[in-house]
Amino acid sequence: MSRPVQYNTNNKPAVIPEGYSGEGFMATKMDQLVGLGRSHSLWPLPFATSCCGIEFMGTMGSNYDLGRFGAERMGFTPRQCDVLLVAGTISKKLAPVLRQVYLQMAEPRWVIAIGACASSGGIFDSYSVLQGIDQVIPVDVYVPGCPPRPEGIIEGILRVQDLVKAESTRRRNHPRYKELMESYGIE
Amino acid sequence: MSDQNNTQHIQLAEESIQKQTTTLNLGPTHPATHGIFENVLEIDGEKVLSATQRLGYIHRAFEKIAERRPYGQIQPLTDRLNYCSAPINNIGWQLTVEKLLGLTMPKRVDYLRVILMELARIADHLVCNSVVAVDTGALTPFTYVFQMRERIYEIYESICGARLTTNIGRIGGFERNFTDESWKKLDEFMVVFPKTLKEFESLLNRNRIFMDRCIGAGPISAERALNYGFTGPNLRATGVDYDVRVHSPYCSYEDFDFEIPVGTNGDVYDRFMVRNAEMWQSYSIIQQALTKLKDLDPSVYHADVPAYYLPEKKEVYTKMEALIYHFKIVMGEIDIKAGEVYHPVEGANGELGFYLISDGGRAPFRLHFRRPCFIYYQAYPEMIANGLLSDAVIALSSLNVIAGELDA
Amino acid sequence: MTNEYIQQILSDKFGAAVWGFEETFGIFSFNIKPEINTAVLQFLNDEASLSFQFLTDLTAVHYPDRKDEELCVVYHLHNLVANKRIRVRASVPVAQPDIATMTNLFSSANWMERETYDFFGVNFTGHPNLVRILNADEMNYFPMRKEYPMEDPTRTDKDDEMFGR
Repeated sequence: MSRPVQYNTNNKPAVIPEGYSGEGFMATKMDQLVGLGRSHSLWPLPFATSCCGIEFMGTMGSNYDLGRFGAERMGFTPRQCDVLLVAGTISKKLAPVLRQVYLQMAEPRWVIAIGACASSGGIFDSYSVLQGIDQVIPVDVYVPGCPPRPEGIIEGILRVQDLVKAESTRRRNHPRYKELMESYGIE
Repeated sequence: MSDQNNTQHIQLAEESIQKQTTTLNLGPTHPATHGIFENVLEIDGEKVLSATQRLGYIHRAFEKIAERRPYGQIQPLTDRLNYCSAPINNIGWQLTVEKLLGLTMPKRVDYLRVILMELARIADHLVCNSVVAVDTGALTPFTYVFQMRERIYEIYESICGARLTTNIGRIGGFERNFTDESWKKLDEFMVVFPKTLKEFESLLNRNRIFMDRCIGAGPISAERALNYGFTGPNLRATGVDYDVRVHSPYCSYEDFDFEIPVGTNGDVYDRFMVRNAEMWQSYSIIQQALTKLKDLDPSVYHADVPAYYLPEKKEVYTKMEALIYHFKIVMGEIDIKAGEVYHPVEGANGELGFYLISDGGRAPFRLHFRRPCFIYYQAYPEMIANGLLSDAVIALSSLNVIAGELDA
Repeated sequence: MTNEYIQQILSDKFGAAVWGFEETFGIFSFNIKPEINTAVLQFLNDEASLSFQFLTDLTAVHYPDRKDEELCVVYHLHNLVANKRIRVRASVPVAQPDIATMTNLFSSANWMERETYDFFGVNFTGHPNLVRILNADEMNYFPMRKEYPMEDPTRTDKDDEMFGR
């Protein structure tokens, strides 16, 4: 006697990339397939500095559970991670460290700036605080808040997932991307 | 033969191939440091010989910013000092300004503040202890305990609207009365918390592996701790029962009956046990406060100081004096007399002191935070010398160094 | 141990080099000449009837208007047994901000003096490692002094008319 399903009763079909399907096969673009796979298994690198870091810990906890979206395994080494989550204030003393960590990440890599301090310096308009991490590294998604609610951080991850799904596998050779990297002085 | 016994101290160059020790950099961004500060260790195999530290990676210049902001606007800054227990910082700041202005609060405000401060203390100790457990490899208690933190966040949210950096209360009381919803959440918390804490303790307190791991790691004696300016649970773990709530009572703490748990060796296990015991004491204080609150008028949530506390909106729209007070408070042009006050509160890490010098202007002339983390973190090299590298890691997490409070 | 007793015993020992005894908000404070800070703090520490053996806080205040006494180094001491706090102030001129270190007596003074040096430029003679602690090592000014702004002085994108520095 099976237990009736109580909660998750909405019928949510999986998102399949558009393509041509037939009896037992489906043809789609390689980019979309890779993007689908990548977006649902992003490995985040938490660069948690201050209060937003504690809110990030709460997001990883069981109540808000970031692991549902594929971000279960948090690697603390940049070599193995896809997404750099910068949560918290970055001071000018830490900026070279942040840049070094970003440079060590392998392509493809994305950056989320969590919180007001990482996005733009936040409430600390002082001599020692970097007014936004986009002064040293390119940022993909900004999550405002001080600290943002865990739902906000999850929304940030979901927006990165959208970016990842739509991305070409030859992004690193694209001229606009190269121009962006050069404007930051990154090879 | 005798020449071989006559050993000489040989100085080898840094790059020399025969240099026996390794320089290991633990930080600034390291999962084990739980914060942004750098430890450079000299290790010989697994044994730590010496350490130096570099801080300032999250220096946000609070003291300089505070010289530009009126008194009410400094409160959100104080949130971000020890962000795991933000209400304690907020209420400490309010108490400092109230001391300067000579205001007394009604009992109900005091008891409500005590409840919030003890909840914050529980929240901070939960983080510290579960992180010590994570560093020893016990990853599960962290998830159980964070559920309790979520409950505390929900209580804060129903009172002030924010989860972590609460900005709770104002100079003169609270911004609004506690709603029925927050009392309901608090009562639920009081029922659920003891069960979770008992479960947490049963997993770790008498766990043979945990005890063998933590006893004797990162010890410090009471004399050295006092010389290094330790306060709070780290000092109490060495055997000195100094608690600001008892020594210099503030906010009606003298009305409450609680014990000060102390340890003996000042090692990681003692700090862990002291924090656990303090959580039970905080729980008992909240229970006492809830009983005491039943006898007080439930509509009082601020002191009657219209010059410093924002008047009710409907009065602002109808009465002239209320309008003028509202304008002056919001623009920061309130009358603060000149004076020099130092007010300590018992933060989750120790004596959090606010040294405020006012010259009568709208912003403080000088505001200095006596931050316990900054002062006791100096002792870290002495605590881990001649210990193992893994002991150095758990000693660091048991000290509960919060980077926001360290660098301010 | 009353305030009068502390005042009496200090004046007897140090004479005119200690002055300005007052009690502000529960803490008894007084000023001393900067040259005798080691002697005074050692005396407060060793004397059995005083025994202020806990250094709560060490910081500085910049008073730009007081000529030759701009930087005031403030020590907060605490006698844990008798539960008494005192505040000792020693002012040094900004042109020659030298004062002796207290690290031999209190190990906690080490970083607190570094922080005070970092922010105000007070030179603690005899300190084992007086370098910047919280600010960037390359910084060449002392930011907490009143003449420097809160924001980064080299910043070009914040409009003075709108934000009013």
